[in-house]
Amino acid sequence: MQAFSFVSGSAAPLLIPNIDTDTIVRVEVISRSPEELGPCAFEVLRYLPGGAENPDFVLNQPQFRGAPILLAGPNFGCGSSRERAVWALLGIGIRCIVAPSFGDIFLANCYRNGLLPVVLSEENIKELASQANAEASFKADLVTLTISTSTGSVFTFEVDERRRQTLLQGLDEIEMTLKDTATIEAWQTRDRAARPWVWQPPTALV
Amino acid sequence: MHKTLFDKVWYAHLIRDLGDEWALVHIDRHLLHDLSGPLALEELERRGLSVRNPELSVATPDHAISSEPGRTGMTLEKGGRLWRALKERTRTSGVRFFELGTPGHGIVHVMAPELGLVLPGTTLVCGDSHTCTNGGLGALAFGIGTSDVAHVLATQTLRLRKPKSMRVRFEGRLGRCVSSKDLMLDLIARFGTSAGTGCAIEYGGSTIEAMDVEARLTLCNLSIELGANMAMIAPDETTFSWLQGRPFAPSGSQFDRAVAYWQGLNSDPDAIFDREEYVDASEVPPTITWGTSPEHAIGVDGIIPHPREVHGSPAGKALEAALSYMGLEPGRPIAGTKVDYVFIGSCANSRLSDLRVAAGLVRGRRVAGGVRAWVVAGSENVKRDAEAEGLDRIFTEAGFEWREPSCSMCSAVNGERVPPRARSISTSNRNFVGRQGPEARTHIASPATAAAAAVTGFITDPRAL
Repeated sequence: MQAFSFVSGSAAPLLIPNIDTDTIVRVEVISRSPEELGPCAFEVLRYLPGGAENPDFVLNQPQFRGAPILLAGPNFGCGSSRERAVWALLGIGIRCIVAPSFGDIFLANCYRNGLLPVVLSEENIKELASQANAEASFKADLVTLTISTSTGSVFTFEVDERRRQTLLQGLDEIEMTLKDTATIEAWQTRDRAARPWVWQPPTALV
Repeated sequence: MHKTLFDKVWYAHLIRDLGDEWALVHIDRHLLHDLSGPLALEELERRGLSVRNPELSVATPDHAISSEPGRTGMTLEKGGRLWRALKERTRTSGVRFFELGTPGHGIVHVMAPELGLVLPGTTLVCGDSHTCTNGGLGALAFGIGTSDVAHVLATQTLRLRKPKSMRVRFEGRLGRCVSSKDLMLDLIARFGTSAGTGCAIEYGGSTIEAMDVEARLTLCNLSIELGANMAMIAPDETTFSWLQGRPFAPSGSQFDRAVAYWQGLNSDPDAIFDREEYVDASEVPPTITWGTSPEHAIGVDGIIPHPREVHGSPAGKALEAALSYMGLEPGRPIAGTKVDYVFIGSCANSRLSDLRVAAGLVRGRRVAGGVRAWVVAGSENVKRDAEAEGLDRIFTEAGFEWREPSCSMCSAVNGERVPPRARSISTSNRNFVGRQGPEARTHIASPATAAAAAVTGFITDPRAL
């Protein structure tokens, strides 16, 4: 996983509540590899029905094109578990999303892919959005746990320490867990005796 | 003491306490489907790892396969590639694969409970957000992304942070034509789509106790639309007798031993939840969504709301956008809105009891002119059981299409779409923009309300039929 310590640049405000993962990436893009999903991000918002770019969509506006930070509304990333939503966002260069709340599975998927989700109050995000519209530049810093702007605003945020370290060091969870193989083995041996019905081999005919 | 049902299952699966509420948790069951399975199995191969416990996983293709009668895994080009990848990769990994057209195949959250693969007190995951469905049997079941699917395949564990707890108690008898689907749509409209975020929910109360298992599965299915990735109902005699005799459930003395264990799976009387809510279920009407979020729901006899209270704010703009997308005028009754498509299916409502309810309303009636109506059974077994009861004939004689098990028009991954600006009444669980196809206008409802719309051609209160 790519590590994250800080990101700086413009921040695009997209404050609509309940942006679901279907909106972030349509499910039909199943045949594209994770690296090819950038053009599919926010398709329903980004393009007009004819296929031309929608000039009203924030990420199509010159000052926000390629913004590494997204300022979002509550419950961002609700809906399906598709990790493609995170890959699509990374594909258009987004490395940090600031929202009042996130969908649970989307949040977990962000941490697995080096995308920093930051929770701030709606009020603080509105304040950041007005600075973003005034073309302030932003820095989201996981070392100092702050979002700061070129106009001097600083907001602090909290991240679970375990998740913070995983992001800062770009740790691979599978590799971490494989170090516990002996412990897992021992647990499973005990469990086979305690709950044998869970371990019945699936030989039943259906 | 003081333990919730969730706590009991959580601590029973704790392999190692990682500190600060984090734990390495054992996963007892892993369901793989065609969308999230192949990619994760590929990732394992890339890392040179093998599946740790193939006997604890099963695979079924459901999302990207056609539902057309006579279909095979290869009927669709893109879906066919995923079907083949899942089939081949599970074979080389030793994971059981349920092939199309054979008993056991079906939508992942329909076939797994039906086969007795989902047991009370087990941990179960799937690369699918509606995995919470399986909590209806008292399992700790939740959706995960592709990276975590690979993690479970490689280690049979997940590194998890203990969620917050929430309990919702439903009391009272359900009204006529009101189902667990209506209860959940009503609950989501009351509390919003992020009320359960970060929580494991437990549903309880007299309404739940009186519910059959299939209704409980539907109830838990909608939990992710409330924001909760985990939802559970304490297993009881209804659960145990439903499980007995299912192919993958324990049998004989093992069943008795399991029941003795399962009987301890409930929240202690003094258990403390981070949040508790109470709902008078007897007051809930048949409920339908009007907008583009599951929280945009009203009684089917209700009025399409005005967004004016929040005019100009992002939330107000979202409501205005939802009305415009749906082609609806505020202030008018939702009943009487003309319908183009009716879809009875999905992991929310495609089980035998759902089809019985719908068939009961359809019997002796005809699908209204201009309406295209589909029934897509949730599994091969549901389909065969329904056919044995003659439900298929009731539907086809009325003008419904009777199709093969698939997620089909719920997520439209397989290209089975509602056309642009056409209006669909769907028994699925998501009415997001574009969910059933670009510009498709989806109203989520129960099988009864969907069937009523099919035969009248309008959104109709099923109690009026």
